[in-house]
Amino acid sequence: MVERTPFLNFFTHLILFVGFVLCIAPFVVVAVAASHNLRDVNDVPMSLLPGNDFWTNIKTAWTTADLGPKLLNSFIMAAGVAAGKVIISALTAFSIVYFRYPGRTFIFWLIFVTLMLPLEVRIVPTYAVVANVLSPYQTILDLTGLSWLIGKVSGVEVSLSLGLLNSYTGLILPLIATATGTFLYRQFFLTVPDELTEAARMDGAGALRFFIDILLPLSRNNMAALGTIMFLWAWNQYLWPLLITTDQSHATAVTELKQLIPNVGGIPEWNIAMAGTLIVMLPPLIVVVLMQRWFVRGLIATEK
Amino acid sequence: MEKRVTFGSWTIGILFAVPQLLLIFTFFYWPAGQAVYWSLTLQQPWGGGNIWVGLDNFRSILANADYWNSITASLVFAGISTGLAMFVALVLAALTDRQLAGSRLYRVVLIWPYGIAAPALAMAFRFILAPEAGFMAVVNQVWPGFWDPGLDGTDAMASIIIAFSWKYVGYNFIFFLAAFQAIPRSLIEAAAMDGSGVMRRFWDIQFPLITPTIFFLLVINITESFQDSFGIVDIMTAGGPANATNLMVYKIYSDGFKGLDYSGAAAQSIILMLLIVVLTIFQFRFIERRVHYR
Repeated sequence: MVERTPFLNFFTHLILFVGFVLCIAPFVVVAVAASHNLRDVNDVPMSLLPGNDFWTNIKTAWTTADLGPKLLNSFIMAAGVAAGKVIISALTAFSIVYFRYPGRTFIFWLIFVTLMLPLEVRIVPTYAVVANVLSPYQTILDLTGLSWLIGKVSGVEVSLSLGLLNSYTGLILPLIATATGTFLYRQFFLTVPDELTEAARMDGAGALRFFIDILLPLSRNNMAALGTIMFLWAWNQYLWPLLITTDQSHATAVTELKQLIPNVGGIPEWNIAMAGTLIVMLPPLIVVVLMQRWFVRGLIATEK
Repeated sequence: MEKRVTFGSWTIGILFAVPQLLLIFTFFYWPAGQAVYWSLTLQQPWGGGNIWVGLDNFRSILANADYWNSITASLVFAGISTGLAMFVALVLAALTDRQLAGSRLYRVVLIWPYGIAAPALAMAFRFILAPEAGFMAVVNQVWPGFWDPGLDGTDAMASIIIAFSWKYVGYNFIFFLAAFQAIPRSLIEAAAMDGSGVMRRFWDIQFPLITPTIFFLLVINITESFQDSFGIVDIMTAGGPANATNLMVYKIYSDGFKGLDYSGAAAQSIILMLLIVVLTIFQFRFIERRVHYR
């Protein structure tokens, strides 16, 4: 820095070091607890030297909570949400920025409002919609009298029904239906120089060609940032997967953690529980470490 | 800001927006409308559709002491965890920004907590703070009965606040550090030449320049403390003991899906939504005045 401040430097190091320890300690404790046997983990105080049962505990946790398929489910959900967000937000932002049509501002605000009301708050009715994803359309047909008309004319009774509970589609789609990515792309598209568009049009490129060959390659950085942040966000979802996967086949790793602890009051086998926790917290941690640059960028860009 | 050069055919333009519009209609606007409808009606116990009850659902919720208890718990949780997470992150970011030896390491490590799923970190903290094993057990040996989140409401509240703050220190740190690094070095060096010390520079230059970030994080932290707390509460305390940690989102979930009271849960959702909107407006109205945008 600009001047010599040995006293302050000492305190800076001290406080940062304490912060570092507090930040890292839970990871260490989880890893160490996962390596003890049941007796050692309940020792007071627990020894911070690793025990010998690490792999046994990992195996037990893996089979008890059936983590193999669950991790796969988590991965499919997180990758699906990330990919869906990256694609659909790009399409919408392109439409809003590069076209002039009536109602454009209205569409912009329709999408903007979705930022105000997160899934957790409208959880119960969203669940009902996913139980039969066509119910909104059925209701509209009923209310407008269209289903009566169709019934009269063709003799077919209209009853639309498509349940998405316990399916990947049901896990993924509602998580994509927000505006976060759209605004990231919009901000970026607005900085793309007009000359580029002019040149492309002069060379005979239509909207689609311009979008695919010029705009998308330019937004690679944004896609990486958005993809990383959405992957993490989706991986860490808890309430939504907990609700819609009534069947074990589609449960995610994060929701399965609960299998490792008894209900409130009982004392869990902490070594097994911590081994499971370690497995579940590792994939997002690896993503953060490897993709740190994109993670930070994505977070700062999507939220601002 | 508008584009000068655009594409002509606007049917194609609308087509690009259709996938997202369909999604937000089906999974956002319809459920949101449904929530309003449910909150104003009551489902008949023996089938036969909903009957209109006006604001009765709201009246019965607001007359319920459990509900007020849940609001108080949520506000206490939001206030303390936001204050704690923001203060600690601000200090750590300001110190990391001094760029002494090793600051690269802190920059990398201090953001890890934000990547961890709330239920996973809740598991970790449930162990660390367990009264019979882990580390609070040591304290309990010295003062028996000092710490028991399973029986004592205050201890349980403290546990979920610690777990939540730990995660959001990482989150806030990212934003604070980015804000500090956006301040031109020359500004600080010029101030140092004029003879101002480190603290003086912090209060007169850095702090005013990062007020927009502080404000932004305040809004986000408070909003998230209402939403992201679900996983932590569910794993660590399940709303107990004696409803001491029954935060609003958790209560909506347990009333709606365990108690099958859709109308009550919908009315609670709407109150929660209004509360978040009011808090946000309040912050914009009264706190933003002290923010210096460049």
